[in-house]
Formats: sequence, C-alpha cells, structure tokens
Amino acid sequence: MHSLLTLSLAILLLPLFSFVLLIFFGKKFYEKSGHVGTAILGIDFLLTFYVAIQKLTDTTNEVFSYSFTWVDFHSTIPLKLDLGIMLDNVGAVMLMVVLLVSFLVHLFSLGYMKGDVRYSKYYAYLGIFTFSMLGIVLTNNFFLMYMFWELVGLSSYLLIGHWYEKKSAADAGKKAFITNRVGDFGFFIGIMILWFNYSSLSFDHIYSSIAHGILPFGSSGWLTAAGIFIFCGAVGKSAQFPLHVWLPDAMEGPTPVSALIHAATMVAAGVYLVVRTFPMLTADALMIIAYIGAVTAFISATIAIAQYDIKKILAYSTISQLGYMVMGLGVGSYSAGFMHLVTHAAFKAGLFLASGSIIHAMHHALHHVNDHHTDAQDIRFMGGLRKKMPITFWTMIVFTLAISGVPLTSGFLSKDAILAGTLAYNHFTGQTLIPLIGFFVAGLTAFYMFRMIFIVFFGEHHDAHRLEHVHESPRTMTIPLITFAAVSFFAFYSFNPFSAGDGWFFQKTAVPESVVPQAVRAASAEAFGEELHHQHYLAMGLSLTMAALGILTAMLFYYWKKFSADKVVAAVPRLFTFLNNKWYFDELYQKTAVNGTIGIAKLLAWFDAKIIDGIVNGAAWLTRLVAVISGKFDHIVVDGIVNFTAYFTGFFGLVFRRIQTGKVQTYIIFALVGAMVLFYVYR
Amino acid sequence: MHITLTHYLLVSAALFSFGVFAVISKRNAIIVLMGIELILNSANINFLAFSRFGNLNMEGQMAAIFVIILAAAEAAIALAIVLNIFKRFNTVNVDEVSTLKD
Amino acid sequence: MEIKFLHIGILTWITFLPVLGMIVVLLLPKEQKQAIRWTSLAFTILQVILAVVIFQNFDRTLAGINSKEGMQFVEQYRWIDIKSTSWIGRIAIDYFVGIDGISVPMVLLTALISCIAVISSFSIEKSIKGYFALLLLLDTGMMGVFVALDFFLFYVFWEIMLLPMYFLIGVWGGPRREYAAIKFFIYTLLGSVLMLLAMLALYFSVTIKDGNEVIHTFNMLAMMNPENFVHGSLLEGVGTSWRYVAYIALFIGFAIKVPAFPFHTWLPDAHVEAPTAISVILAGVLLKMGTYGLMRIAFPIFPDAAIHYLYPLAFIGFINIIYGAYCAMAQKDFKKLIAYSSVSHMGIVLLGMAAMNTQGMMGAMFQMFNHGTITAMLFLIVGVIYDRAHTRGLDDFGGLMNKMPKYSGIMMIAFFAALGLPGLSGFISEAFSFLGAFQTFKWLTIASAFGIILTAAYMLWTLQRVFLGTLPEKWNNLTDINGREMAMLVPLAVIVIILGIYPSPVLDLMNSSANALVDFVKNSAGIAMLGQ
Repeated sequence: MHSLLTLSLAILLLPLFSFVLLIFFGKKFYEKSGHVGTAILGIDFLLTFYVAIQKLTDTTNEVFSYSFTWVDFHSTIPLKLDLGIMLDNVGAVMLMVVLLVSFLVHLFSLGYMKGDVRYSKYYAYLGIFTFSMLGIVLTNNFFLMYMFWELVGLSSYLLIGHWYEKKSAADAGKKAFITNRVGDFGFFIGIMILWFNYSSLSFDHIYSSIAHGILPFGSSGWLTAAGIFIFCGAVGKSAQFPLHVWLPDAMEGPTPVSALIHAATMVAAGVYLVVRTFPMLTADALMIIAYIGAVTAFISATIAIAQYDIKKILAYSTISQLGYMVMGLGVGSYSAGFMHLVTHAAFKAGLFLASGSIIHAMHHALHHVNDHHTDAQDIRFMGGLRKKMPITFWTMIVFTLAISGVPLTSGFLSKDAILAGTLAYNHFTGQTLIPLIGFFVAGLTAFYMFRMIFIVFFGEHHDAHRLEHVHESPRTMTIPLITFAAVSFFAFYSFNPFSAGDGWFFQKTAVPESVVPQAVRAASAEAFGEELHHQHYLAMGLSLTMAALGILTAMLFYYWKKFSADKVVAAVPRLFTFLNNKWYFDELYQKTAVNGTIGIAKLLAWFDAKIIDGIVNGAAWLTRLVAVISGKFDHIVVDGIVNFTAYFTGFFGLVFRRIQTGKVQTYIIFALVGAMVLFYVYR
Repeated sequence: MHITLTHYLLVSAALFSFGVFAVISKRNAIIVLMGIELILNSANINFLAFSRFGNLNMEGQMAAIFVIILAAAEAAIALAIVLNIFKRFNTVNVDEVSTLKD
Repeated sequence: MEIKFLHIGILTWITFLPVLGMIVVLLLPKEQKQAIRWTSLAFTILQVILAVVIFQNFDRTLAGINSKEGMQFVEQYRWIDIKSTSWIGRIAIDYFVGIDGISVPMVLLTALISCIAVISSFSIEKSIKGYFALLLLLDTGMMGVFVALDFFLFYVFWEIMLLPMYFLIGVWGGPRREYAAIKFFIYTLLGSVLMLLAMLALYFSVTIKDGNEVIHTFNMLAMMNPENFVHGSLLEGVGTSWRYVAYIALFIGFAIKVPAFPFHTWLPDAHVEAPTAISVILAGVLLKMGTYGLMRIAFPIFPDAAIHYLYPLAFIGFINIIYGAYCAMAQKDFKKLIAYSSVSHMGIVLLGMAAMNTQGMMGAMFQMFNHGTITAMLFLIVGVIYDRAHTRGLDDFGGLMNKMPKYSGIMMIAFFAALGLPGLSGFISEAFSFLGAFQTFKWLTIASAFGIILTAAYMLWTLQRVFLGTLPEKWNNLTDINGREMAMLVPLAVIVIILGIYPSPVLDLMNSSANALVDFVKNSAGIAMLGQ
C-alpha cells in the first residue's frame, strides 16, 4: 500500500474513533466532548492537508488504489467481492473539502451547541458522519460506496433528529431517510445490473470491461439505464427534483449540521457519485442528468424567492446550486461541475454558519426580552443587524457575492465555467432550454440572495430594544466564518480571476476518458473543450449581466425601496402562494405517496386479518361445524342404535330373568338338560 | 366273568348319576360338594378305563392324578367358600343362598 | 471430523443436553425457583460451549449435502429394526446425525437463541418448573431438526418441538393464548401431515443395500441419489407428476413454518400471545426450520421439481417481502408489527434461495442466521418494554430515548439492522440475496427490492412513535434496562455489528455447502431435463 494511501486509511478511521470514544465515554467527557471531537478532527485535518498537498503536487497524477477480498464465494465461476480504497486527484480535493468543513463545523459547534442536552452525542454523530463521508470519497467500488452512502444517511437522520422531542424534527429526520431510501432503491438496482454483468463492483473493473465493449445485457440502452439507476442515488442524496423535498425540512437540525451535511458535504455526495460514474455515462444518460439538474435549479430558485425563513432560503439555494452542479456534469463540464461542488461547499457552509451566528444572536436577544413567540429564523423580524454583527455581516457579503457569481470570487469561476458548458452543450446538441435555464437561474440566485442580505442586515430592526441585545458571536464561531470567507476568493482555485480553465484545479481534475461505445458517447472532451473556449466570453458577459440584473433588482426592491415587494405579491397572489408553498410538492407527495402507502398498508392489513385469516378461521369454523354435526349424528343415530340394542337386550332380560332362580342347582339342571339336548342333536 | 370296558363305563355312569343326583337334589352344601367329588371320580374311572383298553400307555393315569390333585384343590377352596357362606348366612342350605339372582 | 465425550458424539450431546437439563429440573422441588432457573441456564450455556467447539472444529472445505463423507461429526446407529412384518418388509431406521454448512449456522443459532431465551425467561413466575422443563425439551427438538440426517428422525424431532411450543404458548401466553396455541398447533400439524405423506412415499420408493439385504430407508442422503429409487415405484424417474406432487406437499409443510404467504396468519397471533422468550425462539429459530427444510430436504431430493417451481417460489418470496412490509406498517401492536416484519424478512430468504446461485443461496442462508439474531433482539426489546409498561400499543409510548438511553442505544442497532443498514449484518444478507436473485429473476427482484423502502418507512415510523417525541406522564417511572437484560441483548448486538463489518466467519462456514447445493440441484435437474 502506498504511504499516502495508508495515511488516507488513518484519515478515514480517525473520525470513527472519535465516534466510538464519544458514544461510550461521552458521559465521562461530557463538557469536554466537544473538545475531544474537535481535537481529533484537527489532527485529521492536518493529516489530510499533508496528503492532499502531496497528492496534488505530484506531477504523475497516479491513482493509488488498494483492494482486498472481503467475501469470496469460492464458486465454480470465480466470484468474489473486493472492497478497497483509492486516492486520486478528485478524491484528494474532496478529502480536503470534507475535512475542512467538518473541522470548522466542529469548531463552530463548540460555541453554538454549548450546554445542549445531548452535547456528547452530537459530537459523536458528527464523528460518524465524517467517517462515512470520507468513506464515500475514498472508496474504489460501488458496494462500499453504497454502504457509506446509507451510513451518511443514518448520520444525517440522527443529526436532523437531534432535537427529537420536537415532532417536526423527528418527522424531518424520518422524511430525509425514507426519501433517500427511494433514491437508494434506484442506486441498488443499478448495482444489481452491474454485478450481474461484470461480477464485480470495482470502478476500474467495470469501466475497463465497458471499454472492451462488454455492455450490460449486451445493449447500450442498458448502459444508459444502469447510469440512470445509479444516478437515482444522487437524486436522493443531492436533493434533486423530484426527491428534493427532504432537504428544506432537514433544516430542523442544528444549524452547524445544516452547514456540514446539508450544504457542503453529504448533499454534494450525489454530485461526487456522478463524478465517479462519469466515464460510464452515455450521452442519453448525461442529457437526462442535465435536465434533472436544470429543472431542480429552476424550481428551487423560484421557491427561494418567496421564503421568509433564513434557513429555508439557504436550503432552496443549496438545492438550486446542487442542480447547477448536476447540470454542469450533465452537459459535460466535468471539472466545472466538480469545482462548483468545491467552491459551493466553502461559501454555502459559510452562509449556513453565518445564518447560525445570526440565529444564535437572535435567540439570545429574544431570550433577553422574554419573547418566546417570535421565530428567530424569520428574516422579517431581523433587519439592521449590520452594525451589531460586523464580522458576520462582512463574511456573509463575501459568501453572497460568491454564490451570485461576482468576479474575484470562487463562485464566479465555477459558475461561469458551468454556464459556458451549457452554451457549448447547446452547440453540440441543440438543447437550448438548458443554457436558458442556467442563465435565468443565475439572475434569480443573485436576486434572492441579495434580497436576504438587504432584509437581514440593512433597514431598521423593528424592535430597537431587542436590537440592543444582539451581539456578535464568540470567536469559535467567527473564526470558521473568516476561514470560509478567505477560501471563497478566486486565488485558491485559479490565478486568473476571469477563467478557471487555466488554474491548477482544471489541470488536476481533467475530465476522465469516457468508456462508453463511440455511438452513444457525448461530444469528445477535446471538441467540447474547444467549443468551451469559443463560448467563454459570451458566457462571461451573459452571466455578469444576469448577476448584475439580479443584484440591481434586489437593491431596487429592498435597499432603495423604489418598488414595494408587497405590491408585487398583491399583483400575483396565486403565484406567490404557489411559490411560498414550494410548488405544493409536499402536499402532493403526502396525498399520493404517503397516504397511498398507508392506505395500501391498511387495506392489506385488513385483507390479512379478514380474508386470509378469515379463511383460516373459516376452515376452523367449518371443521367445528362438521364436528358438531357428526356429534349430533353420533348422539342421535349411532348412539341411538346402541341404546336401542341395550333396550332390546334389557327387554329380553326381563323375559329371561324368570328362569333365573338364583339357585345353583337349577342352573345345573338346565346345563344337564342342555347337554343332553346337544347330545341328542349332534349324536 | 370277563371284565370289559362296558363294565367300567357302567360303574362310572352310575357313579356319575349318583353324583349329579346329589348335586341337584341335596340342600346341604357339603353333600353337594361330595356329589361333585363323585362326578370327578367317575371321570377318573373313565380315564383309567380308556387308558387300559385304548393302549394309551400312562396318559390316562396321568390325567387321573391331575384330576385328583385338582379335586383336592377344589375341595379345599369349596370348603372355604362353604365356611364363608356359613359365616355370612348362618346356613349351608343352598336354596337359601340365592343372591346370584339379584 | 469426530469429537466424542464418553464415547458419545458431540452432536448427540448438543442435542440431548437440554433433555438432561430437563430431567434435573424435574427432579428439583418446585419451590427452588432460583435453582431451576440457574440449572436451565447452566445446561444451555454448556450447549453454547459445545456449539463453539463445533464452530472451531468445523472443516470449512467439506461440502456435505448429499455425501456422508462430506458430513461432519457423523453418528449413525441402528435405532429401530423390526424384522418380521411380512407385508411391509423389514423396517430399519437409523439414528443418523451429522452437519454440513447448511446446518452448522443453524446449530450455532439454536444454541445461542436458546441460551438467551432462558435468560429472558428469568422473569417468568408462573409454575416455572414446568416452564423450564418444556423450554429445554423444545431446545432438544429444535437442535434435533438441524442435525438429523434421517428423515424419520427429522420428523420425530419436528413433532417433539411442537408439543412444548403448544403448552408454552397455551399456558404462559397472553389473553388469547388458547386460540393462538391451537391455531399454531393445528396449522403446523397440517404441514406435518403433508410432510409425513411425502416422507412415506419416499420411503416406499427408496431402497438401499444393508449388508446383503435390500431394504427401504428413511436416509435422506440415500433419497438424494436417483439410483436408489426402486424401478416402477411412485417417485421414481424425473419430472413425473408424482414427484411434483410430493415436492408441493413437502413445500407446503415447510412453507407453513416459514411462514410463506398465504400460510402466515398463525404467526402474528402466536407471537402476540407467546411470552417474550417463546417469541424469541419462534422467530429466531422455528421459522428457519421451514427454509432449512427446503434446503436440506426438498431441494436436493426433488431437484427436478425444485427447478421447475423456482419462479413460484421466488414469487411467494416477493409477496412475502412486500405484503409483509405493508401489513407491518398498518399494525398498532409492537409485537404484531415485528411478527409481520419477520414475514417480510423471511421472504428475502425465499427469494434468495429461489435464485439458485451462489450469492442468492449464501444470502438466503446468511439471512436466516441474521434474521434469527436481529428479530430475537427486536422481540427482546418489546419484551423489555412490555415487562415494565404492560402494554405494547405503539401509540401509548413516546420519548423513551431520554428515559432509557442504554435501551434506546441497543434498540437503534436492532432497528437499523432490521431495515438493512450497511455495517450491520442484515444488510449483507439482504444485498446478497437480491444480487443473487437479480441474476435469475430480473423484474421480480426489482419489485422486491422496493421492500427496502417500505421497511425503512415502517421501522423509522415505529422508532419515532415509541422512542422519539416527548415522554407521556404515565411512564415517568420507567427504568432503564438492568444487567440481566443487557446480558441477553448485548451479545446479539455485538454479533450483529461484527458480522455486519466482517461476515466471513459465518459465510465461510456455509460457502462450500451453498456451492455444492446449487451445483447438485442444477446438475441433477440438468441431467433430468436432458433425459426427457
């Protein structure tokens, strides 16, 4: 095993150690649990830093991989399940992202979760989450991927339901897990297809088999299907349409958890899965992926406009940005999609932590003024926080600029690259809808993000007394914010602030060779890259225009107050209700899927109790009926005959008892006479 | 006079008849018992006679000895019964002992 | 491989140890409650030790299935020999025991579950002498079923196990215990009758050489060899309709035990009424006897019929999975819910073995073992709460997580194992079963895999209703689990976790046999189909 790989293994296992330690000895550590967890993650982060730097500065771009046989079926056809880990450039970058965010969230939680009822459990769960997420990053096969995939689902479930006394939190956790299971169902079907055809689940083996022309069930249609089925897992985990409904509800969890799991890492796992399966995706599969991404980006951006809960806004913006990434990968902008994952992880984690900082401060202030009814997360009750929370304000501005795609930020680089990709895609396939949605959503994003900024930080706080008690958060909470703000600048990704294409990132995460047959392959990487160059300036111009338009509109509405948002709402009340209610997806699913399932369950339970068991009991009843009838028959007919015989005998007895004198001698006479008679007869 | 099988049988039949007569007509249980003994002995005479005239070696004698033993046992038991009857009914008159009828 | 103590083979020991225990228990005065309990525990622990010895010495390379040489720890003695019945011929029945890869996990499971059931029974107060005596007898019956290689012996053990079960449910059970006990008894007896008919038909069709004499036999291994069938007998040949009939008779006999749809309705009633320990044994071991019987008897003796009816078998598995999950979802009684989840999980076993390939068969066997441990945990968990609250209504609870943290931790393991979470043993067996089944039945498996969503739904829903939310006032005096309850739950939890991460210890046990079984059935049936 290569030494970097050994280190990766250590990186993988350290958070698990943290989990085991805290789950068993959490009571002992109690107050110190947070420090224990954070310290372990700190070490882990340093290790990762070393590994990632080593890996990314290595010029050979070699992929380190190690497998061992986990289960050997010893059958006549060689059949075994190899598991293992691997480390390539994409993995190294991802390791870095996961551990940076995880470590900073650990740090942030020291302040945010202080005094929580289940403080040690919280850190334990963060540990197991980090472990499973690292597992997804490092695995080299679908089986282990699926295992860790479900494990992150578990930790997400546990953390969303951290405050499970609240029914909404418990419901949200359950919803997240089950919705993810729906996606995983598809993922598992994909795995079954691959296992059937290749008797192996390792990426390498499957891709090389496909490259050698061995297609699932011998048809490229099945290859597309396999890709789509596996993508189903990503749809669930990355909250893509139509399974996006769980993510906004998942905001019931503590805010640092939202930052770690539901903004930066776990939801990006779906995108990472597409990255990993990219070589085997056919043009058709990619097109479906691109459309799913575009539709998701559009729907959630429109919903985000009409929300008032700060975390809900961020949640929908997350879904929208995830849609962007998926769309980017779908159109073939592999590096851009992945880069957007990375940049988004930083600024979105930052946004969530900043919102956590605000919510924390609001809670504090509300507590001081003895107000227990006002929702601490509703932006309508905020306003004017700029002066009170300067660090939070300025970092949040950076994040918002980044997500809106303003130059000099990381977000600009990646978003621009994705949009250029959509234009190039349009050139090759004529799917005009995708770039249209892409640019439109870019404008929407800028609009709703700045709407939030202006409402929260500018204007007047509508209760001056309460504002008095709003304070900046402690240092454990601001340091992560500043760090995230720092890595939201372009320089970390590319030295050219206007193009990601020349930076190290694109060099190191170049699109892998597609293995699918020529006929069903998307445009070749070279041709695509060339077209990208052509479209670059157009894309940049358009995206800048859209961002500017969005910001301008937000300023007109919420800063300069030239227009009243309320009037717009009043003008289109139906549209607003529709958006405010999230396109009624929850209601739809509740009415169809949930109620349908429960209805079927009740029906089948009734069927089981009444019909199936009824037949059984009916058989028993019938048997008893036969028994009763035969009992009666026995009593009346059979026993009747017996009784009649007895009666008959008794009658004769009466007759014959005359000759029974009771005297032995009489009997002897009878015997003698009888003997003589017999003698006479048989003489 | 040459004694033939017929003579033996006649003696035996007479003995049997006396026995039967005693058993049937006498009221006293003891006499009834003695009648039974007569019947058994008539059978013994028959055994011996057939053994003597039928060239049956000693089998007749064997049967007779068996009957004698049996008679002895029977007499013992019967006397015990009679004793018990006497104790119970204070009589040995068989006519009065008719509980078998009930 | 042979291990003997006092010239008696280890399998005889492990099978009849509980009977020894039963005799000791019966000799104890009934006031000595503690002595009775600890004696029973001592004997079952001894049984577990023997099981570990077997585990250690079991040769993983031998396959067994149809060869006596492949069987391990074999003991064979003439048991019944009636020479002079002119119209049947000589009846010679062997005491023939031995184990291979199919039975050894079941032997381990039986020893383990019996021991845990005894620990769980410590809370029984009603005439405990009779209770423990019956429990130990039940233990012998179960163990005997898994070691018997003679069909007659198998049948005897199968019936031995029925009687204690009937009384344990009927006397120590809940309010509707008589109904449940009689339903269980009659249902199983119906299966037994069909099995008996098939067994007799086989007996009169199969002969072996005993010395110079040709005699009929109940030897299962002999029944697997087509050459042993008498020419012109009822079940001779391949693919004849009588063989199909006999297979179906056997199948129904076993399906009732599994329980396969539509023969499953005795299960929820029996579970709800039975005391905790009996539910544990019922779900942990008894259900496996059905699928074990299919693997041990029905498949290798009738490979032609088995292959012919693979699709119906898989379809029943599919119905079990989906139907069981839906029914579970609608239940309001905690125990009933778990009973239906057993129906669903046993469906996976049926589906896996219907795949008739290595992964499917291994998945099915492993699922049998895992379902034994996981469901045992689930029933113990219900038992713990029932002992304290005297109700099992799902809607009566809430927020137990705060009140009973240790309990809730173990409950989490059991629930997530049951819903097939990776890292816990249930996932591996489910995944293998599905992976295997997909090779044979593409669409049916996809439809069955839908069950994993339903399972997650009802499990999490239950978890939420009982453990999350706020604690109702009336349960404020509930206490967390005590040492005895930990002693029965923790070993199972450890097994579930270890096998979830590293399943090879158990998979290796059954690997050779699973392969041999699949090859044997396929080859025999293949030859059969060629011959037609």
